Amino acid sequence: MKIAIASGKGGTGKTTVASSLLSVWEAPVIAMDLDVEEPNLHLFLKPTITGKRTANMEIPKVDDTLCSKCGKCGELCQFKAISLMGEVLMIFPEMCHGCGGCIAICPEGALTTEFRELGEVTWGHSGRAEFLMGRLRVGEAMSPPLMRVVKEKLEEMMDTVSNDEISKDVIIDAPPGVSCPAINAVMDSDVILLVTEPTPFGFYDMKLAHEAFSPMGKPMGVIVNRAGLGNNDVYDYCAEKKLEIMAEIPYDRQIAETYARGSIISESSDEMKQLFISLAEKIKQTAGSKKSQGGMS
Amino acid sequence: MIEILIISGKGGTGKTSLAAAFAHLAKNHVICDLDVDAPDMHLILNPENTIKTDFVSGHEAVIDPDKCDACGKCLEMCQYGAVNETDSIFSIDPLKCEGCKVCVEFCPVNAIDFPEKHCGSWYHSDTRFGPMIHAQLFPGEENSGLLVSLLRKEAKELAKQKGLDLILSDGTPGIGCPVIASLSGVTLAVIVTEPTPSGRHDMERVAELCGHFNIPAGIIINKCDLNEKESAAIEAYGHEKGFTLFGKLPHDPIITRAMINAQAITEYSDNEFAKQVAEIWDRIIHVATPIK
Repeated sequence: MKIAIASGKGGTGKTTVASSLLSVWEAPVIAMDLDVEEPNLHLFLKPTITGKRTANMEIPKVDDTLCSKCGKCGELCQFKAISLMGEVLMIFPEMCHGCGGCIAICPEGALTTEFRELGEVTWGHSGRAEFLMGRLRVGEAMSPPLMRVVKEKLEEMMDTVSNDEISKDVIIDAPPGVSCPAINAVMDSDVILLVTEPTPFGFYDMKLAHEAFSPMGKPMGVIVNRAGLGNNDVYDYCAEKKLEIMAEIPYDRQIAETYARGSIISESSDEMKQLFISLAEKIKQTAGSKKSQGGMS
Repeated sequence: MIEILIISGKGGTGKTSLAAAFAHLAKNHVICDLDVDAPDMHLILNPENTIKTDFVSGHEAVIDPDKCDACGKCLEMCQYGAVNETDSIFSIDPLKCEGCKVCVEFCPVNAIDFPEKHCGSWYHSDTRFGPMIHAQLFPGEENSGLLVSLLRKEAKELAKQKGLDLILSDGTPGIGCPVIASLSGVTLAVIVTEPTPSGRHDMERVAELCGHFNIPAGIIINKCDLNEKESAAIEAYGHEKGFTLFGKLPHDPIITRAMINAQAITEYSDNEFAKQVAEIWDRIIHVATPIK
């Protein structure tokens, strides 16, 4: 089972929930940080890193002696990454999406590949959990291509199932927002948890996230963080849309300070531990019941 | 023209609440919400007299099943895993399609259409604090960087037209495409952070991004009393890298109370916290204004 922890609004407690859930989740489980722009899960899980690889995107390189200046590559490119300007073929590596169209269409075979560094994929373990993260190179604009490389590594890790043949669960820390990076982080999951706070910003962005993720037809649940802080809009919306509130984490300065120290909330008190054990149960039930209803593929 | 951008790296540090307060305090300015993905500034500013314009950008591939002869060329060439095949029926997953046109170009029987995508809307509005340019990308859409660039261009034109000399923009979390599009060429980036491991880590990455594009930047430490040690580490980092510290604000529920009231902090209260916000704005404007 893959569980994506998403939010819409940033700073609602995605990483808090992911790290706490991991702390109570039974092995085998993989913690995957797909917030590649600003990965934070490692700051709390403090994993032992056992491997890393640089993630690259294939981009075109021109051999001027072969290029006939026909301009077909520039006509095809949808991202203005390659273009014939007068008699010079210009390549703008940072605009390239790596589709390979220019290389395939070049009638002279004048284009070959070189690489643009997207960032780094790192893996290891933390307690009972295996750990995997992507980290975007500062200055790189596109996170989905790096996320694809992280997911490829996840498949490798999933394949190394231990002898008892229990398949590994995956807990995904997703990026904020509802545009392409967030969609990419949740699209392969079985359950989506929306972490929100009961404030006008938290509520508005949760609605956007609910709207964005609903067409995927996956079971969703809500976690209200800083409960008691704002107003009732989040609760009213969840009741109306029949979205289950799976946990409420109280608004408490102690919790904020625990987080600020880099500690895991579920390890800070018995009460918090129980809260996350019960959340883990609810997630499993939700995934299980939707499965029996045929709601999941 | 002065362009000030409020960013944070990490989400939820108080970016938009502070940006709304600065929008209240600023003079002769256009307000611009560059968070086109999950915008929140309008919840405080309550924009009116809005003119809405469609944002159409990019294309997406759609296979016509009647024309498709199931050769599999598209599946073979797509770099994004966007082509699905079930029992020789080929289709494109719109969530994975990047609109690169490769499948359209190489389909031997021209079975793939390539319609334009309506990705969202952008708005030109009035608010009680001045004119505002903002947008809403449809949930799950891409091309946020292009929409951000469009909003910045519109904000500049509007400022010129109205004889205003300041553009105050609220940014998005992260360091990726919308942030890069927001940041390039601005006068000053104001990074709102918090003294937590995530806050500091993400602030350092977005500060590095400012350095990468040669953008002058300064820091505000919000919720500074949550962890004095982290707060000191952020100050030390700023000092070492030459970023101005615009100020430190304590952890205060006034931010949420003002938000629930749909008011800027400085509008909602004139308490000590609001006074500190006003002082921070004075420092920001001082640093952003060219020496005459």
